[in-house]
Amino acid sequence: MDVSALDEASAAASAVEIGEIRQVIAEHKGCGTSGASGKASCGSQASQAKLPTEIWEKVKNHPCYSEEAHHHYARMHVAVAPACNMQCNYCNRKYDCANESRPGVVSEKLTPEQAAKKVLAVASTIPQMTVLGIAGPGDPLANPKRTFKTFELVAKAAPDIKLCLSTNGLMLPDHVDRIASLKIDHVTITINMIHPEIGAKIYPWIFYNHKRYTGIEAATILNERQLQGLEMLTKRGILCKINSVMIPGINDQHLVEVNKAIKSRGAFLHNIMPLISAPEHGTVFGLNGQRGPISRELKALQDVCEGETNMMRHCRQCRADAVGLLGEDRGAEFTTEKIMAMDVNYDLEMRKAYQAKVEEKRAAKVAAAQEELPELASEMSGIKLLVAVATRGSGLINEHFGHAKEFQVYELSTTGAKFVGHRRVDHYCRGGYGQEENLSTIIRAINDCHAVFVAKIGGCPKSNLLKAGIEPVEHYAYEFIEKSAIAWFKSYLDKVQSGEIHHVEKGEAALRQGAMISAA
Amino acid sequence: MPFKIIASQCTSCSACEPECPNVAISEKGGAFVIDPKKCTECIGHFDEPQCVAVCPVDNTCVVDTSLPRYQAPA
Repeated sequence: MDVSALDEASAAASAVEIGEIRQVIAEHKGCGTSGASGKASCGSQASQAKLPTEIWEKVKNHPCYSEEAHHHYARMHVAVAPACNMQCNYCNRKYDCANESRPGVVSEKLTPEQAAKKVLAVASTIPQMTVLGIAGPGDPLANPKRTFKTFELVAKAAPDIKLCLSTNGLMLPDHVDRIASLKIDHVTITINMIHPEIGAKIYPWIFYNHKRYTGIEAATILNERQLQGLEMLTKRGILCKINSVMIPGINDQHLVEVNKAIKSRGAFLHNIMPLISAPEHGTVFGLNGQRGPISRELKALQDVCEGETNMMRHCRQCRADAVGLLGEDRGAEFTTEKIMAMDVNYDLEMRKAYQAKVEEKRAAKVAAAQEELPELASEMSGIKLLVAVATRGSGLINEHFGHAKEFQVYELSTTGAKFVGHRRVDHYCRGGYGQEENLSTIIRAINDCHAVFVAKIGGCPKSNLLKAGIEPVEHYAYEFIEKSAIAWFKSYLDKVQSGEIHHVEKGEAALRQGAMISAA
Repeated sequence: MPFKIIASQCTSCSACEPECPNVAISEKGGAFVIDPKKCTECIGHFDEPQCVAVCPVDNTCVVDTSLPRYQAPA
């Protein structure tokens, strides 16, 4: 039929618009090329000053695309897509678990109708929920009927919610038009290689055109389809984030090339994630002893790629049915049984009013960080160091040391405070008393940090932290993170200058591999 | 010999169901099953049995040797 003619007609009609967006994306080549000070605060910590308005409007309330937004806005995933069309060595599809947080893991699979009701229930309970994603546990585009049906139902009932999907890219070129027509303006593609020889070590097989392909042939098809899909999406002005799993010894060096390839095809954000491969997960990599990267290796790779594309550093490698703020899963509150019993009243005005308040808080935080900066910039020092922060969101130091399930890590230099990652831990304090074993794992997880900022901390963990050379800082409790970190850094530099303290480099930190204890 | 699904191995991922050219696969009690009367081993449709090719767990879609081999109509 005249599908291609139709395509051309619509393409011509919107050519001007698309052309503009492409230009915007093309002009925004990473950041930090203008000088050292610009570079320090780029990446996905997008504030509007660093991004073209068109892109900023799309990402500013998206917790997965903007580091700054993830303190304020929540997202949810619905698990409607259990089937997959390929096998990855870091994935075990026989797995489901209530207490683990990592991609592919879910507790319940939903029908599109159940999913739509869940979205409305969550959006009514958590008004800062702005984004619905479909990310598996299989591949959303290996389940096109269920995926698109879900999006259609949600778009109708809750038109203010942004839609996005995460795919392996194998079937992407076939579905780009549908994605565009449903106004899905964010897509994540997982691309781990651009050389089939490397791909063959990651993917044992793919199912494509009614055949199972293996080895280099499979990786070649996959690679071509992924890059073609990416190009097609960015041409249509759809924002693309690329996820890559960093597998030491297999694709760690190669990801620099992947970064270049995706940038040249218009990808907006690159998320390099550490491989998760514990033997108990039953994945091929888990069973054959393939290790994941340590935090220094991950950061080094992200730093190398940063000049090329915006890097995402705040990824929590969520479950495929995660609900709520990143790093704070509320999925257990919304089981199918509970949702079906709920009487949902979707109140768009209430949501808008709540989000307006969120925006006020957010503006105050940005303004606060700006105040401290000029003074710091005038200090001359080459010192760069990491600090950990206990936070429950809103960009504040508002979590007790003993209750923290993760610490956010910031790199401080005279150019400011830059978010560089987070470290999962088991919380130290359970039922009112501290657990010594957990304390030593926490110290290992943040051992590369010079200080840890908390709302409150007990005497025992405090002295242990000091012994490990990590300064516990309670002074800035309930204040804004960046502003406090910069103020602390300023006093640190003063003390170094006056000879009161001697600056030393810190050691290695371990990346937490295992399960994160559920928030419920 | 039609194909059958070993229920204890099936992850219920549903990948096989839409791939079957004979609509022989359906969900039953948390796992997928193949109707042996409808299964043609994909002969005449594809080079390889689709359920086997797409199943993520090896040795889950297997031939049922207790039943006679499918004969493609002449």
